[in-house]
Amino acid sequence: MALLDSLKVMLGAAPVRPKTVTPAAQAMHEAKRQVKGTERAREIKAQHEAHKSNKWRNIRWATLIAVNLVFVLSYRFDVQLVEGALTASRVVGFHMADLNSALQVMLAYKVILINLVIGTGTVLFMWWLLGGRTFCSWVCPYHLLAEIAEKIHLMLAARRVVVDYPLHRGTRTVLYVVFALLAVISGYTVYESISPTGIVSRALIYGPGLAMIWVLGLLAYEIVFVRRMWCRYICPIGLTYGLVGAVSPVRVQYSLENCLHEGDCRKVCLVPHVLDCTKKTYAEDLFVGIGADCTRCGLCIDACPTGSLKYQIRGLDKLL
Amino acid sequence: MSGKPINPKTRRQVMRSLALGSAMVGASLFGFFPVLRKWAPRLRPPGALPERDFLSACIKCGQCVQVCPVKAIQLGDLDEGFGVGVPYIPAREQACDFSCDAVQCVLACPTGALAHDIDKKEQVHMGLARLDRPGACLARKGEGVKGPARPAPFTGVHRYQEIDRWKPVRLATYKYDLEVCDLCVRECPIQGAITLEPMSADPADRRRTPEVHQSCTGCGMCEMICPTEPASIVVDIRRKWGDA
Repeated sequence: MALLDSLKVMLGAAPVRPKTVTPAAQAMHEAKRQVKGTERAREIKAQHEAHKSNKWRNIRWATLIAVNLVFVLSYRFDVQLVEGALTASRVVGFHMADLNSALQVMLAYKVILINLVIGTGTVLFMWWLLGGRTFCSWVCPYHLLAEIAEKIHLMLAARRVVVDYPLHRGTRTVLYVVFALLAVISGYTVYESISPTGIVSRALIYGPGLAMIWVLGLLAYEIVFVRRMWCRYICPIGLTYGLVGAVSPVRVQYSLENCLHEGDCRKVCLVPHVLDCTKKTYAEDLFVGIGADCTRCGLCIDACPTGSLKYQIRGLDKLL
Repeated sequence: MSGKPINPKTRRQVMRSLALGSAMVGASLFGFFPVLRKWAPRLRPPGALPERDFLSACIKCGQCVQVCPVKAIQLGDLDEGFGVGVPYIPAREQACDFSCDAVQCVLACPTGALAHDIDKKEQVHMGLARLDRPGACLARKGEGVKGPARPAPFTGVHRYQEIDRWKPVRLATYKYDLEVCDLCVRECPIQGAITLEPMSADPADRRRTPEVHQSCTGCGMCEMICPTEPASIVVDIRRKWGDA
């Protein structure tokens, strides 16, 4: 049921407050209602502010840059460690294929390609294990550019120079179907011609071209009009990986007990609807796994003053 | 939902979403123009499927680019529509000289857009060479070549069997001394694809005319090496033997 809800929310439905809450969580909500902790909350937040760390963001940025750099350097110095680009590659000889690119190719070409099946199989397993949309925030080079654009947007928004005009999150779902249909009907990989992930990845490896103008245009639009437009409302790659990672063992876990319910996590999140459980009285249990749309970026973990959000590897805690 | 008046904020959001969503689909459909209008016909790498299938089967990863020993393959840009990230060979700038033997790009292709049923250079059909400017052809004028075929700043390379088969040599640094130009025949990687035929019965007549034969694979080596500017011999992309 929780899985179904998390998929529904990913596809665009507004998150709803759970109808049933476990007795333990109910008791916790009740206890929190009794305690007036504003003074203590202020202290905790001040302390967190004093020791502010961007640990997970830094680790993630380093990983993202390293992954893309391996592609670039491997080609530059011809070491053949990783060949190709993010759309498809060979990693020490093993085929890897981006799931969405492979899907577009098969829909357009209408032939099951054995190398692609091998390539997607490996990648499917990898991203199921690491948590689907982990690809977005830990690997996709456009994500990093969009994060920088987002920082500029927020800076300008704070000075009231720009305003965010959010779209409906269902847009991505509709576009996903449209791009799939376009590939089937036209026989061309229509989406690939505008995919900033592919364009930026190839630009890094083979040198930039005119296509980067499209990417810069998107970034400019995100700065001025719609915060994180591409990643939030458009990108079919995100949805493909979201589906893959819906039941993945690696996820962010929310713990109700110490949460101050002030929403600092939701402010930094790319997909704040997955953090709906952090609102006061919204958690259905003492621990809640964050939903499929989560990119496991860790910004909420860094932002949380009480350590209520943490990475979790499901099953591992039971084993230990 | 029904009966309740729609919040104007929600309505504006839906309108915005529709507008931007359509804009994205519209942007992606721009790719049709260059493809259907054939703005930039491209010489595709060895083994490429028919153009339409090629564009759909290619996953735009550039692994073929990476394995080519003479760096002949480049990737299409935004002005090629659905050909963004799809490989082509700009033969005049850098042709495929088949010096890799096993057709490396074909082996590298993860999707079979470069069809895997090719294992010899003789099986390749990228196009056919054609003497485009007979009046400019040095051989037809009986003229020779002294010095590089394509002087600097030309950056194209070629792997000469007799020098070092693994190290490409810049054409601008390789000097020829030919009585009568026969470069398109001399450097053609396919035995007997081009021959030079005498232009008259007179044995003292040095003039020769290049003749393209059925075994031509359209690799573009003759187009790159041709010392006239622009090239006298060019590759007709995807033309088959017997086509008009």
